[in-house]
Amino acid sequence: MSLISIFFTFFFYISVLIFIIGVSYKLVQYWNTPAPLKIPITPASLNTSGVILRYFREIFLFSSLYKSNKWTWLFGWCFHLALVLLFFRHLPYFWPGEVPLILYKTEVLKYSSYLLFFGLVGLLSRRFFVDRVKYISSPSDYLMLLVLIFITSTGMLMTFGNNHPNMLLVTNFASGLITFNWSELPKEMIFMAHIFPVFCLIAIFPISKLLHAPGIFFSPTFNQVDNARKKRHVSDWALNKQEGSKIDIENNNDKKE
Amino acid sequence: MTNDNPIKLPTYLEVPAIKKDAMAGNGPFKASEEVQQGLGFPGEKVDNWQQVAIDKMAETKSKYRSVQVFLDACVKCGACTDKCHYYLGTADPKNMPVARQDLFRSVYRRHFTFAGKYFPILVGAKDLDENMLDDWYNYFHQCSQCRRCAVYCPYGIDTAEISMAAREVMNVIGAGQKYPNQILGKVNKIGNNLGMPEPALRDTLEDLEDEIKDDTGVNVKLPLDVKDAEVLMVTPSADFFAEPHIDGLIGYAKVFHESGVSWTLSSYASEAANFGMFIGNYDVMRQGALRIRKAAIDLNVRRVIVGECGHAWRVAYSFWNTLTGIGSGGSDDYSLRLQRQLDSNYPQPQHMIEFTYDLIQKNKLSFDKSKNDHRVVTFHDSCNVARGSNMGDIKNGQFILPREVIKAACNHFVEMPKNTIKSSTFCCGGGGGLLTDDLIELRVKGAKPRMHALKKTEQENGVNTLAAICAICKSQFSKVLPNYDFDPYMIVSVHQLVSEAIVLSESSDTEV
Ligand code: SF4
Ligand code: SF4
Repeated sequence: MSLISIFFTFFFYISVLIFIIGVSYKLVQYWNTPAPLKIPITPASLNTSGVILRYFREIFLFSSLYKSNKWTWLFGWCFHLALVLLFFRHLPYFWPGEVPLILYKTEVLKYSSYLLFFGLVGLLSRRFFVDRVKYISSPSDYLMLLVLIFITSTGMLMTFGNNHPNMLLVTNFASGLITFNWSELPKEMIFMAHIFPVFCLIAIFPISKLLHAPGIFFSPTFNQVDNARKKRHVSDWALNKQEGSKIDIENNNDKKE
Repeated sequence: MTNDNPIKLPTYLEVPAIKKDAMAGNGPFKASEEVQQGLGFPGEKVDNWQQVAIDKMAETKSKYRSVQVFLDACVKCGACTDKCHYYLGTADPKNMPVARQDLFRSVYRRHFTFAGKYFPILVGAKDLDENMLDDWYNYFHQCSQCRRCAVYCPYGIDTAEISMAAREVMNVIGAGQKYPNQILGKVNKIGNNLGMPEPALRDTLEDLEDEIKDDTGVNVKLPLDVKDAEVLMVTPSADFFAEPHIDGLIGYAKVFHESGVSWTLSSYASEAANFGMFIGNYDVMRQGALRIRKAAIDLNVRRVIVGECGHAWRVAYSFWNTLTGIGSGGSDDYSLRLQRQLDSNYPQPQHMIEFTYDLIQKNKLSFDKSKNDHRVVTFHDSCNVARGSNMGDIKNGQFILPREVIKAACNHFVEMPKNTIKSSTFCCGGGGGLLTDDLIELRVKGAKPRMHALKKTEQENGVNTLAAICAICKSQFSKVLPNYDFDPYMIVSVHQLVSEAIVLSESSDTEV
């Protein structure tokens, strides 16, 4: 294998490793951090099915964002939808062994890259042209969008321009990563330029704002049921606090010793 | 009491362009050494305050999932930037909810994240230095913890949680705010925010009984410390003190009188408000709530009902069960004792609006609505009720019930524009521990979005009465309404409307 292929192969595994360790660490941290008080935000769900429904609305429709700002919603929603569609579009490359017929049908999804491009440019232009959004943007916020636009552009150039790398090589390389049956990388620069930033994004996921993806599930304002009067909600540390104080029920005194 | 220079309101609510440092300043008065120490905080800024602050941040984020998740999850989408009344009213970019969070988040990133430690400029990480602390003190006291931003954030990021955490950190290093901390001292010592002792309270209540007798000829009682009463009424102490609050208290008394349910106030727990929430301190908040539990048990009541106060209702509805066991489902000794004592046919605690609403549903109250015919009423949803609680245990009950009570007592009710009511309601501008004269400029500016909506409704529907169920809203509006060319007396308690229209029957124990 050429040096460059070895580099990319290594880089892929390292990124994925960082991703898995980092995200697990974060998930465990969120999981272990108690939510001592009931703080669901209106429209609060009165039962668990309400909470599930709320998550469906938020994750598939971005309903709060829709209420907030129609432009941001439009750009953001298009961008995320295209991401999902393009994930499927890329599946055949990674599929180990015989690729099922249905996956070949995902070919048409390549057009969603236009949607992706549209969404990203929209989001970026908001950062430049809306003074409020500009104020809150850090260099990393621009960089993230620029990198995504770069990935999208290189992908589109390969798909729609005359820069096709050898498909067989791409498939062998990608599925080889999954099956540990490593093989040579296509030698086109544009292909490397496409996958390098993707691997980078995988690596920085657990230390960046990409954490919003797991974070939303832990957001107490969303995931709590509004039933504080019916069910007592006490976290461990609050309970310890209670038990640490000497309770004299007969005389109705709750005094710290 | 009209203002010479009323603030002109535009005919539409525009989002202002940012004006950097428009509200830069020193923030509200700092708490004195004595006040700070009374709450168990250092009297003045400790020497190694940076380290103490960072340690406290670490502790807070390990105890509150909200803080940890919110600090990580924000994508800087900007959706919340035009949702805060303080931004809309002041144009200071640091009053945009995400920018306010970022004051805390930038320090979090610097000290607790990989990216912030090694690439601070890239991710906007900053050290906690004197300047940053000044910004914290100034801008975390320009947040009324109203949670409007959380309704609009795609991840439910609640700036109120961050501002509570920041205030807690500031208290722990000895930089507390005078207004809430001083008041908390009074509650802990005397039992209410006003520092009104038992004899004064008893006098006030007797005077009120006489007043009602003169007005209506009926003996309506306002009992204090009556053992074995059915209901313990816990209301904000403002209700004992001044217009328009006191007319609401008269309203509760009349409703209890008509219901035939015996009730009592407590001199030990004569305060529903709980400023412990504003300063984000669990223990202080719990102490306040425990006074109410103690009173409920000592007086051996069967129900606990809370008067018109916004954040008090959030604390009561959402937190009391956690803090004290008033509610159902708990299994510790205290909870069990309370469950045995309190009537399980009713949710515990209940809001006065729920109590009155129930009676109206059961046709137990009669109203002469024409008494309120001179009024065209609109309702201001108080943020803590609207976005931090419920009533009647039905979806959106906190919006439905108060409106139904108003409509039962008034013929003319209209709504303000849709994006300014219910879950989108604008804060009055004085919530979250900001109802103090040293913040008056902020309060006037922060009221602008609400005033704007009211102006529109005045022009279109001739509204002349603004009803609310929060003591802070009522005080704040009385003060700022003239700044916008409104009559300061147009703000009323919902139970004042009830009080004016309710038809009283002679009680059996009327003295001859
Ligand atoms: S709406 Fe939420 S995610 Fe977007 S900038 Fe505001 S706090 Fe951050
Ligand atoms: S909680 Fe209210 S006051 Fe505070 S930032 Fe959010 S909208 Fe503004």
